Amino acid sequence: MPLGPAINGAARRVPVWAVWIAGLAPAAWLFWQAATGGLGVEPVEALEHRLGELALQLLIAGLAVTPLRRHLGVNLMRFRRALGLLAFTYVCLHLAVWLLLDVQTLARVWEDVLKRPYITVGMAGFLLLIPLAVTSNDWSVRRLGSRWRRLHRLSYLAAVLGGLHFLLLAKGFQLEPLLYAGAILGLLALRLRLPRRQAA
Amino acid sequence: MAYRWKTDLTERDVTPEGAWLTRRGLMAGIAGAGIATLAGRGRAAEALEPNTWEEITTYNNFYEFGTDKTDPARHAGAMTIAPWSVRIDGLVDRPADYALEDILSRMTIEERIYRFRCVEAWSRVVPWNGFELADLLEMAGVQSGARYVAFETYLNRDEMPGVRFPVLDWPYVEGLRLDEAMHPLTIMATGIYGRDLPKQNGAPLRLVVPWKYGFKSIKSVVRITLTAEQPPTSWNKANPREYGFYSNVNPEVDHPRWSQATERRIGAGLFARREPTQMFNGYAEEVAGLYEGMDLTKFY
Repeated sequence: MPLGPAINGAARRVPVWAVWIAGLAPAAWLFWQAATGGLGVEPVEALEHRLGELALQLLIAGLAVTPLRRHLGVNLMRFRRALGLLAFTYVCLHLAVWLLLDVQTLARVWEDVLKRPYITVGMAGFLLLIPLAVTSNDWSVRRLGSRWRRLHRLSYLAAVLGGLHFLLLAKGFQLEPLLYAGAILGLLALRLRLPRRQAA
Repeated sequence: MAYRWKTDLTERDVTPEGAWLTRRGLMAGIAGAGIATLAGRGRAAEALEPNTWEEITTYNNFYEFGTDKTDPARHAGAMTIAPWSVRIDGLVDRPADYALEDILSRMTIEERIYRFRCVEAWSRVVPWNGFELADLLEMAGVQSGARYVAFETYLNRDEMPGVRFPVLDWPYVEGLRLDEAMHPLTIMATGIYGRDLPKQNGAPLRLVVPWKYGFKSIKSVVRITLTAEQPPTSWNKANPREYGFYSNVNPEVDHPRWSQATERRIGAGLFARREPTQMFNGYAEEVAGLYEGMDLTKFY
């Protein structure tokens, strides 16, 4: 049995709210763990990093939806809005932990945004996600029409900035940020090839 | 010469307030300066409450075992630390592979409660056991031409999962200027809380230079070389703009990617305030003289 239809059949039975619950559960668990010692002796750093990684993973999951459908026939389109909004939620939580628990001083936050490229890049990615989150409802999709699709291509840039943010903050030459950047660029490259094929 | 630095007081050592007042009454006008020193020491000692064993041994940077803070505690168990010897060579009178037991039989182990400040802007207080590096260097006989000391960490690809990826150029190397190495604050640690040094903390023998960022305090040392020229150091090789040879704790010179003005104390919890970082990590009185006339923004 081909893989695509099998997955599609199973996915049809999964309600979207289940994705929301599964997506938000790690955040609740992480905050609980951080408050009760489960994240070790330096919970702020651990919480901040895990939330950021989950945000990147969700962005990657969102970017994977279209290539999966086009190349493998796996249709997860129903979940894409939830994945995008979950990614945005995790970016917000990551930012809130950085701001309130880590840096703590508003003046220093601003100084960091201006002076530290990895923070500038991360913040730019966050700002790009805001209009996407705001226009993620049915009403906006209808109202914006074809402009909605163009607007939501900003998610490509946001994901690239997120991956770059991770690459820039690594100490030494590390594998993990390279894997994330590779996944993001790979998923974007799959999109680039398509128009050429259609034109041929 | 052991016990050259004697301000490693703890709360237990602080003179009770009543007795101190009496003594102040007695000595007032006789040795005012001495009293000021005593009081200063008392205050500094009070702030130096050591972190717990767990806080010191479960959150470590030892990239040979992985880049996550919990990797060293999980993977360092595989490291062979017995037998252990340290090659001391270069500009010394008695170059040799010194067996650890021979070194320890000739050194005086004392307790040093030091602040430890990581370049990543976290800190803790560690009750080290160890001996002064100066004693070890004198054992090998430092020649007059020596101006720097180079250190090297143990490297074993079978025991260290982190070295499969070139995070840094292995083996890990560090260096000090000779006067820094001979300073009484500079020790080779062999234990924490009176127990053997855990492997994730750099067993069986590591450098501790409390006024420098933690990465200067190289772990699991297998080689010490006296040189005439400034030796290469691992983080400086990896990123010279971010990590200088000196790497003295300095709240006024930021790491290019983050501020060094404040630090987060390990174990303080999720909602703790950041604390201000002190010049030379609070050891300015002892070591500022080493850098007189140097532009510390240039020699960071």
